[in-house]
Amino acid sequence: MKLELRGITKTFGSFVANDAIDLVVEPGEIHSLLGENGAGKSTLMNVLYGLYRPDGGEIVIDGAAVSFSDPGDAMAAGIGMVHQHFMLVPVFTVAENMVLGHEPTRGGLLDLGAARTLVREISARFGFDLDPDALVENLPVGAQQRVEIIKALSRSAEVLVLDEPTAVLTPQETDELMAIMRQLRDEGTSIVFITHKLREVKAVSDRITVIRRGTVVGQADPSADQADLAGLMVGRQVSLAQDKAEATLGEIALQVTDLQVTDAAGIRTLDGVSFEVRHGEVLAIAGVQGNGQTELSEALLGLQETVHGSARLESRELVGRSTKQVLDAGVGFVPEDRTHDALVPDFTVAENLVLDQHDRAPFGTALAMSPKAVRENAEKLIPEFDVRTESAVSAVSTLSGGNQQKVVMARALNRELALLIASQPTRGVDVGSIEFLHRRLLDERDKGTPVVIVSTELDEVVQLADRIAVMYRGAILGIVPGDEDRDVLGLMMAGYTAEAAREAVAAGARTTDSQLADEGEIV
Amino acid sequence: MTTASAVVADDSEIQKKVADVRPDSWWHLPATTTVLGAVALVLFGLRGIPGAESSFALARDGDLNPLGIVPEQITVPSIGTAIALAVIALVASAGLWVLHARVARPRPAARISLIAVFAAAWILAFMTWVISERALDVATLLQGTLALAVPLAFGALSGVLSERSGVINIAIEGQLLFGAFGAALVGSLAGSAWVGLLAAPVMALVMGALLALFAVGYRVQQIIVGVVLNVLAIGITSFFFGTVMRQNPGMFNSPMRLPTLRIPVLADIPVIGRVLFEQNVLVYLMWIIVAVLTVALFRTRWGLRVRAVGEHPRAADTVGIAVNRTRWINVLLGSAVAGLGGATLTIGTGVAFGEEMSAGKGYIALAAMILGRYHPIGALLAALTFAFADSLQLRLGTTSAAEGGVAIPGDFLLMLPYVVALFAVAGVVGRVRVPAANGTPYVKQ
Repeated sequence: MKLELRGITKTFGSFVANDAIDLVVEPGEIHSLLGENGAGKSTLMNVLYGLYRPDGGEIVIDGAAVSFSDPGDAMAAGIGMVHQHFMLVPVFTVAENMVLGHEPTRGGLLDLGAARTLVREISARFGFDLDPDALVENLPVGAQQRVEIIKALSRSAEVLVLDEPTAVLTPQETDELMAIMRQLRDEGTSIVFITHKLREVKAVSDRITVIRRGTVVGQADPSADQADLAGLMVGRQVSLAQDKAEATLGEIALQVTDLQVTDAAGIRTLDGVSFEVRHGEVLAIAGVQGNGQTELSEALLGLQETVHGSARLESRELVGRSTKQVLDAGVGFVPEDRTHDALVPDFTVAENLVLDQHDRAPFGTALAMSPKAVRENAEKLIPEFDVRTESAVSAVSTLSGGNQQKVVMARALNRELALLIASQPTRGVDVGSIEFLHRRLLDERDKGTPVVIVSTELDEVVQLADRIAVMYRGAILGIVPGDEDRDVLGLMMAGYTAEAAREAVAAGARTTDSQLADEGEIV
Repeated sequence: MTTASAVVADDSEIQKKVADVRPDSWWHLPATTTVLGAVALVLFGLRGIPGAESSFALARDGDLNPLGIVPEQITVPSIGTAIALAVIALVASAGLWVLHARVARPRPAARISLIAVFAAAWILAFMTWVISERALDVATLLQGTLALAVPLAFGALSGVLSERSGVINIAIEGQLLFGAFGAALVGSLAGSAWVGLLAAPVMALVMGALLALFAVGYRVQQIIVGVVLNVLAIGITSFFFGTVMRQNPGMFNSPMRLPTLRIPVLADIPVIGRVLFEQNVLVYLMWIIVAVLTVALFRTRWGLRVRAVGEHPRAADTVGIAVNRTRWINVLLGSAVAGLGGATLTIGTGVAFGEEMSAGKGYIALAAMILGRYHPIGALLAALTFAFADSLQLRLGTTSAAEGGVAIPGDFLLMLPYVVALFAVAGVVGRVRVPAANGTPYVKQ
């Protein structure tokens, strides 16, 4: 099936998300759509999938123009999609999720037997080991993604759109996904691969289309130079590697011993975690999302209900204290979910910049706030962190994701800190800003502040860390030096201990990624 | 490409690690049951009326009772029996202490059976004490239970239908009231209770349509819409009750009753025969709807889609399921079912329509739905529990006034169903899994 998008335009209010985009996907090719966060890739694919109605342009399949009013039409035309945020019902089984919308029936009742057989058939074809009766919510994220893939394949999709599929995977799982993509291509399925990761694009694509600010800025060949691709994507030259000075280690500042978190259902979500962080050191907590990182950072902040164990900051116990007391002890915090936990969307930029200090000098007392101090603070921080906003009194919700993140980071870094905990410090931020925010984090380290960074992005972890703790299912599997081999880290994220991972890598368990790096193809 | 890759894809379910520490609140339940058990021992047992006897009437003359297997009446000494039952309740409490003391997270089955033993013993002790020197007709108590459960069950099923698809249905109260009103009005006009039976769901559909229009169509906050609709239902029905119905009750509001359908032979079984097989068509309809809805929700294509819409509407949308249409249909279906519940209040019991006659039953139905974990059978069982408390209250209220024995102020007894509902719902809230998208309007971009 040959798929063509001709002049697709989609606007939201005055914002042009897609501006006359042309894209041709030949049968049996892996076509990568490369672009930064917010470049318009997902919008384009949602138009293709019938979730958005385009304001202009047409979709052409095998020479005939088609129009989709809802995803049902798109699926009927042979288009399948694996969404970045999985479209799976957590309380349904694998089989139920797969057949939802095209359920086999027998005598008026659901024929789950047929659904199970179909799950096993497709799983066997790709070497998956999915239990048709497992509840999706109990599966690891990687397996959930494979459920999404078989869901699309069960509808005999001829074009499969994968929207940022590697964001939740370890490097090894990413490799396996790429093998599946190649297998599908060889069977004749076309694949549209949406990503902002240059390494992956180079490893798997047949053709690359680069999108920036809603328009196609160029086509590229997978053999193209990585720096050129990055330049095309960002629109200027960027330095991909941050140079980092050697850490000057001080005394132990934070000592976490056997920290445990139990959720309301009695499930141990954080299972006996111990580590220490020294002054002037960055400890990165790596791992696939949902392995206890959230619970760890929230437990340190006093945001979790049932916490056992100890976390001593300069010999002061943090466990059992209220969040306010923890903040007063000098802990700066960047929550992982910017929109939910970090900002009050309708408050102004200036107000959001003092959210955690509003009742403290100089911004206020227990009774009153000092608007002048709040304003001056904003006037100082906005240029310092290059926050692009109309004014200090604009609602923070009017800012782009990257600029919102700068507000959160500016707030956390705007005082003398005894400890900085930053979760996903650069999630959804453009490449240029990432550079800047990383610089600020390292500066904070060099001032002697102990820094804990929680990140699911291996690139970020390797970039910043002096030591790396890998979390897996609520526990820390091992703490390794910051310059550890990426393949070892990847295997640890999949549950290998440091020793086992090193052995496997020594025995030749390499990813495409590291091989390309060895061959000098990527940085 | 890859040379020797280690296998890392893990498709097996995550084995969740259950903590071996007790929750801090572990002692709440055993402590509560122990205190209640002690109260039963002292109040119902030791401080009972000395020498009094309590009688439970079971079989009737003419029942199908070969060789008198079921005795007509069981008479027991009040104090002795109450003490024995209270001791059983205390033993069950002790069991709960032991259970919680030995394992941090006891198996639900063991815990629930102990709670059930405790509850049964405690209630029997209470009843033994209350009917000292008197007799209680068990069959009548149970029949009353079922009769009172029917409107609650219909209401709760209405809630299940609508909330499983993601629309909060606070408007059950209004739907019941409209159903009762429609059944009385149209039945009266047509001179036939059967026509009233048809009119009730149609009338309640008006409420359902308004709820769907605002909650689904205009995405108004669903709890507010529901409460406003309840007020609207009271206003409209009270207006017609105060005007046309009062001026010409014979024409617009004459009491009529659906005939009782007695199933021969089966209805003669002692104790349960009359309860199960000598009822009007609404009761039989309730059984059928519970059964059909259970199968439909969990075994059919329709049910899978409805649940998907209530859990993750966007996922449903991406596979071509019309989310808002599904919600419209379910709210309408639900309101029609609640209309049948309303009909129970008028033509089901043979009384004329009265102002605000639903009297909070819609809210109790809502509690039954939550206690029943959004499951039709659970909802039915919960409705029966609340109705049992209500029925007991009615039986005791009528007997204690006339004769001697233990006298409990009627006001306390009136509270009984609501106290039961409060405790039951408070006990399960947090353990019940609410449909994830319940109350969230779905906006297509």
